[in-house]
Amino acid sequence: MEPVRRIVGRALPLARADVDTDQIIPSHWLKRLERTGYGPGLFEAWRKDPAFVLNDPRYQGAVVLLAGANFGCGSSREHAVWALLDAGFRAVIAPRLADIFRNNALRNGLVPVEIDADSVEKLVGAARRDPTTTIAIDVERSTVQAPGIRATFALDEFSRTRLLEGLDEIAVTLRQEGDIAAFETNRPEWLPRVR
Amino acid sequence: MGSTLSEKVWERHVVRRAAGEPDLLYVDLHLVHEVTSPQAFDGLRLAKRRVRRPDLTLATMDHNVPTNDEPAEDISARQIEAMARNAREFGIRCYPTGDPNQGIVHVISPQLGLTQPGMTIVCGDSHTSTHGALGALAWGIGTSEIEHVLATQTIAQTKPGTMAVTVEGVLPADCAAKDVILGIIARIGTAGGTGNVIEYRGAAIGALSMEGRLTICNMSIEAGARAGMVAPDDVTFAWLQGRPFAPKGAQWEQALDYWRSLVTDAGATFDREVTIDATALRPYVTWGTNPAQSVTIDGAVPDPDSLPHDSRDSARRALRYQDLTPGTAMREIAVDAVFIGSCSNARIEDLRAAAEVVRGRRVRSGIRGLVVPGSMGVKADAEREGLDRIFIDAGFEWRDAGCSMCLGMNPDVLRPGERCASTSNRNFEGRQGPGGRTHLVSPTVAAATAIAGHFALPSDLR
Repeated sequence: MEPVRRIVGRALPLARADVDTDQIIPSHWLKRLERTGYGPGLFEAWRKDPAFVLNDPRYQGAVVLLAGANFGCGSSREHAVWALLDAGFRAVIAPRLADIFRNNALRNGLVPVEIDADSVEKLVGAARRDPTTTIAIDVERSTVQAPGIRATFALDEFSRTRLLEGLDEIAVTLRQEGDIAAFETNRPEWLPRVR
Repeated sequence: MGSTLSEKVWERHVVRRAAGEPDLLYVDLHLVHEVTSPQAFDGLRLAKRRVRRPDLTLATMDHNVPTNDEPAEDISARQIEAMARNAREFGIRCYPTGDPNQGIVHVISPQLGLTQPGMTIVCGDSHTSTHGALGALAWGIGTSEIEHVLATQTIAQTKPGTMAVTVEGVLPADCAAKDVILGIIARIGTAGGTGNVIEYRGAAIGALSMEGRLTICNMSIEAGARAGMVAPDDVTFAWLQGRPFAPKGAQWEQALDYWRSLVTDAGATFDREVTIDATALRPYVTWGTNPAQSVTIDGAVPDPDSLPHDSRDSARRALRYQDLTPGTAMREIAVDAVFIGSCSNARIEDLRAAAEVVRGRRVRSGIRGLVVPGSMGVKADAEREGLDRIFIDAGFEWRDAGCSMCLGMNPDVLRPGERCASTSNRNFEGRQGPGGRTHLVSPTVAAATAIAGHFALPSDLR
């Protein structure tokens, strides 16, 4: 995973609530075996509507997605995060993100930014009024800034370090081999084994 | 003080705890399927890592597989082959298509007795919450986390909050477990459980069969919850005893001692508590494109302007997509297809309930009816009871096990504009096929709807 410190750029005002991962990337895209190449499938059904905001050329090159509450709900498919990254997004801002989506985002360097609904609404308003509005997200300080708007978001220390350093989490955990092995010796005998 | 059920299971699985870090938890069982795992196995290969505990890892094929005699389409076949190849290479047991144990991952694991109280279970599928019905702490994970669990048999997670949903009283006779969970989601919303593990409690939950509890925990994710659980009790123990992977002899007694401790302590508190009156529940039908957009079958399509301000936009969009007019009685809405299946409602009890409704009747002309058992084991059980004949005689297609029309990854899809009464768990736009319109219902309502041609209760049928 690439380290992420600061994201600066345009924002796409999606601003719909309860956007599920089936909308972000429809299931037929999940038949692929790769981690990349999902960009063309992003919001595939909605994109067929010429008026859909993602088709608006003024927002081309947006790196921040301004989403509604409960964005990323539904299926656990990490492909939703891969599709957003593939289409150039580096952060999602919403009043609340679905749990699994947030976990998946953190593990791929897509910055999950949860801020109060009023601030999201202000950012959406700014991006709609002026699509060239620049939003800056600082991972180290947990801040979101746009002209006249400033908000902070919650990020635990571990997640922050993971983003800033682009940590290989498996390598980190494998260093805890002693703890894992010790735990295993104390597991009850009656727990099931598949083979 | 005291601890809740989910806290007890969590604490018992902490491998490492450090300030400012998520807990590192041990995973007792990792379930794997063909769709979300290939990139994880690729990651292992690239980093030259092995699967730490193949003996705690089980794979099957369910999302993509054909449920009839047709071969899988090329791209799905590639994924099915990749699953078989990865299982071989990394030494994992896999129940492939054609195996008598194959089926939807959340149906086969409880059925085999692999899902047991107090275990931690993860799978690259959000409906892993299903396994909480037996008192396991089970949740869905993404592909990066799958790779992490394969390599380390652990997972780093921040501790979730706790939430109690207490369902008091006696459920009306024409209501099923599906109506309980749809009623709960209608009340708390699609994000009502976000960040929390829900523990379902109360007399109405205790009175449910294991199949019913599996249906309820299955849809915890539709309320946004990290997981759902029911404290194990005599229903659980009776259901588990004698299953292939359940403990036997002295080990059964040891396990039972531990399992009986898996209840929320009297003094424990939850971060959030909700109480539902079971006696006030009715059979539900969803009208919209998220599982909270529902009314009882006696109701009508709502006017978005009558809804709370913040849900009007999505209601308007949903009604446009669903092609429904406010004020239309649910019983007047005709369907094109009926799907009885999925990890939500394709266990033997669900098939028995639906068969009882259609016995001696005919599916309304023009309606495509599909019955897809949750596992080949369920299929065999149903055929021993003659349920297949009842469905086939009524005009349903009787299929092999798989996820099928729940998510439209195999050829079982709705055509654009088709309307479906479905026992699955998601009514998202396009979920059952692009342009398809889904209404979530219980197995008996699905069955009655297939006969009547429009949404109906069994008691509506003549």
